[in-house]
Amino acid sequence: MYDFEFVKPASLADAIAAMGREGAQALAGGMTLLPTMKQRLNQPDSLVSLNGLAELKGVSAADGVLTVGAGTTHAVVAATAAAHYPALAALAGQIGDPMVRNRGTLGGSLANNDPAACYPSAVLASGATIVTNSREIAADDYFQGMFATALDDGEIITAVKFPIPDKAAYVKFAQPASRFALTGVFVAKGASGVRVAVTGASEEGVFRWTEAEQALSGRFDASALEGLSVGADGMIGDMHGTPEYRAHLVKVMTKRAVAAAG
Amino acid sequence: MAKVTMTVNGRTMSAEAEGRTLLSDFLRQGLGLTGTHVGCDTSQCGACTVHVDGLAVKSCSVLAQDVAGAAVTTIEGMANPDGSLSTLQQAFQDHHGLQCGFCTPGMVMSAAALLAENAAPTEAEVRHHLEGNICRCTGYHNIVKAVLAASGQDVGKIGIAAE
Repeated sequence: MYDFEFVKPASLADAIAAMGREGAQALAGGMTLLPTMKQRLNQPDSLVSLNGLAELKGVSAADGVLTVGAGTTHAVVAATAAAHYPALAALAGQIGDPMVRNRGTLGGSLANNDPAACYPSAVLASGATIVTNSREIAADDYFQGMFATALDDGEIITAVKFPIPDKAAYVKFAQPASRFALTGVFVAKGASGVRVAVTGASEEGVFRWTEAEQALSGRFDASALEGLSVGADGMIGDMHGTPEYRAHLVKVMTKRAVAAAG
Repeated sequence: MAKVTMTVNGRTMSAEAEGRTLLSDFLRQGLGLTGTHVGCDTSQCGACTVHVDGLAVKSCSVLAQDVAGAAVTTIEGMANPDGSLSTLQQAFQDHHGLQCGFCTPGMVMSAAALLAENAAPTEAEVRHHLEGNICRCTGYHNIVKAVLAASGQDVGKIGIAAE
């Protein structure tokens, strides 16, 4: 990879200042960013490591909301969120492999917004709130297409607030080599109704399957989805699966997620 | 360039590193510890697995400067103090858990992390835990057998033992 200036601030204030410089990019776990830089697809002038910021790490639950620091690794979420939000913990425990889960973070995943990443589906289905150094962003406003988000230049995600649903489950059909979601569906039934978020399938990245949400709001059972179908338009087609196959998987994975949520 | 210091296998060690220097390159070229292997350099194969502050990571996808000051354990730190093979390493030898041997350092480091948190894993748990480590000789059965044997379990009782 091209060389860059490495900086590792000890406080969020220092990190914000470092991110304000031209050509600066934030580094979280680096599980996507560093491989991308090795391929010379990304060339920051300076890399601002967020790994020294204790205030970005940790999981806490209060008043029906689980707050996860953006710098919390997948392994820590898998271990510590289980008592409060089992479906989210289970999702975190299925990302990549053990070594990836020891480095990769929630904030890094959301800032990257890979169209096949697992976490965006949990954030969108939960109706979570993304907290940054300057504002709070609703999940419905945050995801803006493949690798695109509402984040401004230099803005740093500090935490995510998940309203804990009554029932939830995430089921993914894992691409067997990368373990990204060939298609993954997160279903959540909570105070704001039923929300169904799909990752890995659409060229626009994570999206809500609103027809399924309406059907499940009437009756939260996999059989409520029988009459529905998902079109192949706009679905991802690659060597691992055609658009038609992914469209088919959306319904299958949704039914499995509803059954798993109980 | 910056001087980077970390505790590697219990010893304080330093070398120069650029911002872009990967932990794997720092260990191999900066510190001369070539037991850590770089297989794919794309964070897929797991041959470069080391422990950073007790957690298994792929050292080809970690910047050396980002883990300055950390306690790192590599395959060179896995033998017993007298130089004899550790229980886990000996099990790899006894059960022929390696063919060409290139993936072995990563396999051992990954398996050691598993046994540290789960002293008696099932065969399924071993296979699941090692999914980030690829053996291109496809010698997985004996690797799994070695890990189970190292945990003190009777590998004569598992399905793969009767090969």
